[in-house]
Amino acid sequence: MRAAHLFLAQRISAIILAPLVLVHLGLIVYAMRGGLSAAEILARTQGSALWAAFYGLFVVAAAVHAAIGVRTMIAESFGWRGRMLDGLTLAVGLGLFGLGARAVAAVVL
Amino acid sequence: MDGTLRVRIWKGGADGALRTFEVPHRANQTVLDVVTWVQRNRDPALAYRFACRVGMCGSCAMTVNGVPRWTCRTHVSRVVRGDALTIEPLRNLPVIKDLACDMTPFFEKWQAAHGRFVPTAGRTDPPVRMAPDSPHRRAVDAGIECINCAVCHAACDVVAWNPDYLGPAALNRAWTLHNDIRDGARAARLRAVAGDGGCTNCHSHQACMQVCPKALNPTAAIAGLKRAVAGAVLRGRL
Ligand code: SF4
Ligand code: SF4
Ligand code: FES
Repeated sequence: MRAAHLFLAQRISAIILAPLVLVHLGLIVYAMRGGLSAAEILARTQGSALWAAFYGLFVVAAAVHAAIGVRTMIAESFGWRGRMLDGLTLAVGLGLFGLGARAVAAVVL
Repeated sequence: MDGTLRVRIWKGGADGALRTFEVPHRANQTVLDVVTWVQRNRDPALAYRFACRVGMCGSCAMTVNGVPRWTCRTHVSRVVRGDALTIEPLRNLPVIKDLACDMTPFFEKWQAAHGRFVPTAGRTDPPVRMAPDSPHRRAVDAGIECINCAVCHAACDVVAWNPDYLGPAALNRAWTLHNDIRDGARAARLRAVAGDGGCTNCHSHQACMQVCPKALNPTAAIAGLKRAVAGAVLRGRL
């Protein structure tokens, strides 16, 4: 059942994202308030398996979650169905994953 | 209480228009009384439906001042704005004429959601024992009083956006049967409500619950179905 699988993927990705988003926001505040420079941030993230895993998971969950959400909005607003809708879902998901993966690679590699 | 109501009533099919009638305002008058007065005294060709007049049959639903309601138990004094009433056919269903909608898509969705009981016992079998306070029985009780009025169906935006969506009434019915331990087709029903037009489309915004004249909560029923569907997927049964 595809609708059921998409539904479950949407819920599970939301459960994963909720704590990650909070930690991410906390990190931003910490880095800005602490006045960390770009070099200091990179020194902590580069080569770190922990940050690679954290933001890697973040990117995957966000790509899955947003792609399914956009799919629903487009289907309900414009009546898209079938292959067009599947193609759009895949494009949004892969696009977001690509952008996110590039950003993660830039800070951890 | 006496006075005159300015009542605008939908006339015609989908491309019809509102026509204004002046109707005497009476104490304890229902919206259905107003429509009947117009039909008997001003417009004999006015098409509308009712049967029981006591909130049991579910046939008298219309849109009253923008909100779907059972008209036989809606008092004018509760919904009138100044002296104005606007009465239109239900939303989300094809209009046949005036205030009468074609209910076919609504009942087809009940069928698509497997909204009928499938017995597992015959007349010679002993009756099934079911404790009144068991969780399953309580879940059935919570949703069983539906009168098929389609008020919730008319209020649901997802039904408007996605014509395939089974809608709150059919899914509420599916949930009562899902909890009926005597029913023999629960797996097939769960599959039917897990598909493209099924329970996962619901946005849980509770418009259905807000308007249901029987004070049922289809949103909660659909949430139950979503849990059941998610559980079935996780256990590899869907
Ligand atoms: S809660 Fe679900 S079924 Fe009820 S009105 Fe909203 S979308 Fe429709
Ligand atoms: S759930 Fe309520 S509003 Fe919907 S059809 Fe049944 S009685 Fe009417
Ligand atoms: S006429 Fe039967 S419910 Fe209103």
